[in-house]
Amino acid sequence: MADIFSSIISVGFHGLALAMVLYLISVGLSVTMGLMGFINLAHGAFAMLGGYLMTWLMSRYDVPFGLALAGAVIGVVLISIILERLLYRRFYGGDELDQVLMTMGLIFITIASVTYIWGPVTQPMRPPAALSGQIDLGFRSFPTYRTFLIVCGAILVTLLWLALERTRFGAQVRAAVDNLRMAQTIGINTSRLFAATFALGSGLAALGGGLGAEILPITTFYALENLVYFLIVVAVGGLGSIRGPFVAALLVGISDTAFKYIAPEFGAFFIYALTMVLLLWFPRGLFGRT
Amino acid sequence: MSHLTPSADRRAADIAAFSRRHRFHWFEALPWLIAVAAYFAFPNYLALGSQILAIILFALSVDLVLGYAGIVTLGHAAFFGVGAYTAGILAANGWGEPISGLLAAAIAAACIGLASGWIILRTTGLTLLMQTLVVAAMLYELANKAYRFTGGADGLQGMSVWPIFGMFRFDMFGNTAYFYCLIVLFIGWLVVRNTVNSSFGRSLTGIRENVGRMHAIGAPVAQRRLIVYALSAALAGVAGALTAQTAQFVGLNVLNLERSGTILVMLIIGGIGQLYGAFIGVPLYMIAQDRFAEADPTYWYFWIGLAMVFIVVFLRGGIFGVVERLLARSRKR
Repeated sequence: MADIFSSIISVGFHGLALAMVLYLISVGLSVTMGLMGFINLAHGAFAMLGGYLMTWLMSRYDVPFGLALAGAVIGVVLISIILERLLYRRFYGGDELDQVLMTMGLIFITIASVTYIWGPVTQPMRPPAALSGQIDLGFRSFPTYRTFLIVCGAILVTLLWLALERTRFGAQVRAAVDNLRMAQTIGINTSRLFAATFALGSGLAALGGGLGAEILPITTFYALENLVYFLIVVAVGGLGSIRGPFVAALLVGISDTAFKYIAPEFGAFFIYALTMVLLLWFPRGLFGRT
Repeated sequence: MSHLTPSADRRAADIAAFSRRHRFHWFEALPWLIAVAAYFAFPNYLALGSQILAIILFALSVDLVLGYAGIVTLGHAAFFGVGAYTAGILAANGWGEPISGLLAAAIAAACIGLASGWIILRTTGLTLLMQTLVVAAMLYELANKAYRFTGGADGLQGMSVWPIFGMFRFDMFGNTAYFYCLIVLFIGWLVVRNTVNSSFGRSLTGIRENVGRMHAIGAPVAQRRLIVYALSAALAGVAGALTAQTAQFVGLNVLNLERSGTILVMLIIGGIGQLYGAFIGVPLYMIAQDRFAEADPTYWYFWIGLAMVFIVVFLRGGIFGVVERLLARSRKR
């Protein structure tokens, strides 16, 4: 009995950590899809770049963890703004297929570029001394870094929710998701709003990629291998919402950890099956708008 | 009465245009002439040639659902893989007769197409895209798990394919395989060509362009989408079986996301919804891949990625579309 209880806690804990990473990376994707109607398959590439920049700054220049993470986020935000203005903007509200093709192309370019710059090996992720080892929470001990990850994730989720619900910028985003034309009519500069949202989403992805480098290892095919997970979180959560992807990330993170604990030889099979059923039940996602 | 005349004229013109589409043009012989010429010109590249022919068939099957029915799929490797494994497992377990292997592959893939299509085709847009992706991903995990039948990550080994009609042995130079693939592709192409030029094919285009109106005129939209999905799955299955039989090996990569993605790329390079895009895009992509990817896969990814972005930004409609536009412009002058 105690064994089962202990396994449940363990699965819940690791599932929660995975969920936080998935959420940070996917929430930007959900908002850009809901807001601009853009299927950005390359979103994971921003997370991957974040991870690469962070591990590179840490291992090559001995930059402390926090600074390296901030540097990675800033770097990715700059890159994403340039890409948004040059490429993405042309395809808003356009053909789905064009979007899929262009962003797949961007994934390939990113894969080649990171292999060229950083080589084909997995980037080592060494958490700072203060965050490594185990932490004792009274009833049992947990890996410190993952505990930190969950706390960080919870804080960021709260901040993001406050930003979207309580600020002027958030109100503009919500207005534009609900009714783009009306938002333009009342004088919201949607072009600038798109750029800002895109940059914010990419920055969060970079943050997720960097923070989660220990759970989703930084390898050259990161953007392609994890793409299905990010898309599942977005599609199951529902487009254009920030609450939906959170619930979906929790669902995916915890059930994926549980399935892989119970029946590891089936890999991700059950999570795909679950996705299929959920999407049939809620074609617009759990919190999608009609 | 006068107001009726133009519409009668218009009707006659429409019918004429419709039957013109179905008549064979001289340029339609070109791919086949080139394929036969390539056999004599590049005897050392017949293995690559057979692969290209099989993948052209796969691209045709994708064109049918994507270009004509407008179903954006990121999971067509599911059917390619089911076909490859069906033919492969048959040949590895004592039934190496190739033609019946192809048929079995077609039936198996069509069944999976029908079953999955019946479930997922009721969704649209991103949800549908996700469903196609998830179906392929599930089959991938299953194939990985069922290593007793599929060989799992090591791949399916020990296939022995019998001679075609008991007469034409698959030789090590790939002569038989090349013509085998060419003939199967030709039959597949006839099937696709007849389908898209039939009234059934026209109604698919109608569904792609305006679902609401097709519903309004009483077309059985869901049924037609399901039929074309299953037909396309069968063709993709045959393409997978061809690859398995000619390579005598099936790896897990027949089912992965990369295969579903790259087939879209090849098709889009050539041009979507034009029947001939596959014949341009697939050889271009695969020959370039053969030349460059072996030497340095990293650069290959870079250039193919760049080409994809370039095509979407500058070459709308693929190479075939650009050629058609240039022709139309020169005709106007």
